[in-house]
Amino acid sequence: MIGGPARRVVLTREGPLLMEGPVEIVLDDGTIVCSDRPVVALCLCRRSHHYPFCDTSHRRRVRVSAEPTP
Amino acid sequence: MTSTGSTSVEVLDRPRLPAGRGPLSAAVLDQLAGRAASIDVGGAEPNGEDLQLALYLCYELHYRGFIGVDDDLEWDPALLSARAVMEARFLAALRADLPGGDDVDQAVADLLAEPIDGTGVSHHLSTEGTIEQLREYVALRSLYHRKEADPQAWVIPRLQGQAKAGLVTVENDEYGAGRGARMHSVLFADMMVELDLDPGYGAYVGHAPATVLAEINLMSLCGLRRRLRGAAVGQFAVIELSSSPASARLVKAAKRLRCGPATERFYAEHVVADAVHEQVLRRDVLAPLLALEPGLAADVVFGIQGSQVLGHRSADALLAGWHGSTASLRRPLPAGHRTPQ
Repeated sequence: MIGGPARRVVLTREGPLLMEGPVEIVLDDGTIVCSDRPVVALCLCRRSHHYPFCDTSHRRRVRVSAEPTP
Repeated sequence: MTSTGSTSVEVLDRPRLPAGRGPLSAAVLDQLAGRAASIDVGGAEPNGEDLQLALYLCYELHYRGFIGVDDDLEWDPALLSARAVMEARFLAALRADLPGGDDVDQAVADLLAEPIDGTGVSHHLSTEGTIEQLREYVALRSLYHRKEADPQAWVIPRLQGQAKAGLVTVENDEYGAGRGARMHSVLFADMMVELDLDPGYGAYVGHAPATVLAEINLMSLCGLRRRLRGAAVGQFAVIELSSSPASARLVKAAKRLRCGPATERFYAEHVVADAVHEQVLRRDVLAPLLALEPGLAADVVFGIQGSQVLGHRSADALLAGWHGSTASLRRPLPAGHRTPQ
């Protein structure tokens, strides 16, 4: 049994999964990707161009013309 | 902590004083040069070259100062008193240009909506900008990025609890998490060298128009004034929430223009880092800050809106220059060895 406090993983509503780094991620094809950031955001929507890391590709896209100008 | 940074010898990197842009900045420069001056803010335009440079000079004393300028002038009563008058004028003019309000959730939601048909600087550079335009953009942005995270560091002691811990998490990442060579300000300098630009701290102050100085002045102003701690956090949110998609476009620009690995790395680092920072800023800084001090909501909104308006102004001025109607920089950059592309 591994000791230490439980690791917290945060699931966000529309964006990534957040966890404390450093972390190794094993991808579907067996590739291992590492991140040594204090907080790591993992893509759950599969739209990231930097998969398995979130790159904000989940964001709602709007037409500028429909936006109020600040 | 074990140091794993670069072993190269660092030299003290301080900027030179730039030339004045009118009577107010000239008087501040006189005071900095040790020639006691009477500093009269007079009728200086709040967003004009003269006042924005004078304000920038006053703030720089709190960062690294200038070559040949007495460090004690940081707390010179004449400079502090003139600065207070300039700040009041700058803040009043900015507030008059903003919609205002205290709906932080809406302001954040607007930041998170990604435009499909955006026309900003990063859109232009990703699709059609030239290497010279990218160099101009990087030279102007260096005034912030060579002190990246510094203006926000001032807000740390003004926060408490989770909001402080969350903000420090983001700052720690910006500062390379203990590795000097990975500080974002250092990655930016590496990119400047690759683009044949002077990586010196503040090297391009003299090239930067008032629109660019105003963006940094608002950060310094809110960082230094505890009263505006909510606005400082709001500005930080704008940087962290809007950086990721823009950085992705700049990676595309760097690849298209074959800038090299340091340029790609700086922007690629920000794509993933700022996707994390967005989450931390929203959940671990803004939410606990407003739970503790709900009265700061209007200041957070002011920081968000003010930062956006000033950002749009400098982007519009830069794009107008590139489209030929005005000069983007106050004086042209020396041609790099990369020109023409």
